[in-house]
Amino acid sequence: MKRGLAVYAVAIYAFLHLPLLILAIFSVNASRFTAWQGFSLQWYAAMLADRDLLESAGNSLAIAVASTALSTVIGTLAAYSLWKRASNWLAGGLYLSLVTPEIVTGVSLLALFQWAFRYVDFRLGMHTVILAHVSFSIAYVVVVVLARLRGFDPALEEAAQDLGATEFAAFRRVTLPYLAPAIAAAAMLAFTISIDDYVITSLVAGVDSQTLPMVIYAMARRGVSPVLNAVSTTIVVLLGTLVLLSERLRRA
Amino acid sequence: MTRLRNLFAAPAAALMLVTIGVPAGIVCVYSVLSRGAYGGVELPWTLENYSRLIDPLYGGILVRSLALAAAATVICILLGFPLALFIAQSGTRKNLYLSLVILPFWTSFLIRLYAWMFLLRDTGLINTVLQSLGLIRQPLPLLYNNGAVLLGLVYGFLPFAVLPIYATLERLDKSLLEAAADLGARPIAVLTRVTLPLCAPGIGAAAILVFVPCLGTYITSDLLGGSKTILIGNLVQNQFSTARDWPFGAAVSIVLMIVAVLLMFTVRRRGEELL
Repeated sequence: MKRGLAVYAVAIYAFLHLPLLILAIFSVNASRFTAWQGFSLQWYAAMLADRDLLESAGNSLAIAVASTALSTVIGTLAAYSLWKRASNWLAGGLYLSLVTPEIVTGVSLLALFQWAFRYVDFRLGMHTVILAHVSFSIAYVVVVVLARLRGFDPALEEAAQDLGATEFAAFRRVTLPYLAPAIAAAAMLAFTISIDDYVITSLVAGVDSQTLPMVIYAMARRGVSPVLNAVSTTIVVLLGTLVLLSERLRRA
Repeated sequence: MTRLRNLFAAPAAALMLVTIGVPAGIVCVYSVLSRGAYGGVELPWTLENYSRLIDPLYGGILVRSLALAAAATVICILLGFPLALFIAQSGTRKNLYLSLVILPFWTSFLIRLYAWMFLLRDTGLINTVLQSLGLIRQPLPLLYNNGAVLLGLVYGFLPFAVLPIYATLERLDKSLLEAAADLGARPIAVLTRVTLPLCAPGIGAAAILVFVPCLGTYITSDLLGGSKTILIGNLVQNQFSTARDWPFGAAVSIVLMIVAVLLMFTVRRRGEELL
């Protein structure tokens, strides 16, 4: 039975990973068709020369950096507060943000923005995308940071306070350093989710805030293209590295 | 003590209120209003948006979404259980095998669907290989149908099935399995009469964790199903973009949301805590 399970596992892992591996192989194929014609980096060169791709990648990066910074700070503080004392309201809200189908989150935020724009002079753009990304990535940050806090001994903080540290100083000098790896892991996760999101982003983005997934989506709907193979491979390699690094930190 | 805690919770609480509470309220109100002449919403109040859901035209979409999500759930559990069993039994390599399941889950769903487009299309790898082997003359219509959507869902959400099942297997009291074996049960009997029943909560959690996102999926059906396979997610998106029927889109969203939240809270009740 053990042997059979191992063979089975290999098959499932192949199913999970082969499609991306095949895509990577064909991204360095000289031909634009599904026949191997020798090694070439021309599609990567084409990718780097594509204005739309570069511009949207710049937008995605700016959005991801901003929303990661905000959601990491807000999420870490929220996790600490939940650890001090459970709050059904806050936990419930975060849980809701985690389980709501993406499309529902997207249209709800769109409805919110359209409604708010009647009263304030704003349009859909980078700021609305950043707000949306912060909103859906906070819960992930809280989950990761809270998991680490569960292994933290509150006596350490109390000791610092007994020795004269203020409550905030105890948090900053004792708890925060202990949380550092989890916070870094959470930030990488938030970054990954942000840079990857299509469904919500496409609904709340403006004309000047096209993100990379939006351009990729439009390209994919038009059909398969060798440039898209190169773009996909690049993203998978970069994000994969980030995810592995984040996993490492979480287990540290 | 409490001051700092409240201060720390404030930004997250405010954000959740503004980006979840308020939009949910707005969508609820929209769902009982009428469609505006130029998009948007207007009075009078109506429940027609909800009754339209039972309309045969939309009922079919509902049934298809439920059927596809259910099929994907069953397949994910059938495929995922043996893999979870394998990982749980693999000793020191556990973390590596687990990472191999989690890794694709975090690397761009969009790109992984695109990878299947690359494989399945008429001039894709599968058809090209089959043709060059002389097995088929005409390319098989693999892309843009319900089967392709189902494949995409299984591929995308298999990790959601493996992880909770693995978690329950991991917590399983191994002495129970040994006791069964000592009492003469064959490995298959141990699996079906002891392991499987004890895993029921994990399998239940896996079912819900796969079913909910599959039900609300939008890009899988859009990319792999083409224009033929419209699911609830696409219906919602359409109402808010091209169809410009916000009240109806809002009503569908509310229904989808209620189903998702009710199902997910049963997982939470069972102790499979996410938060």
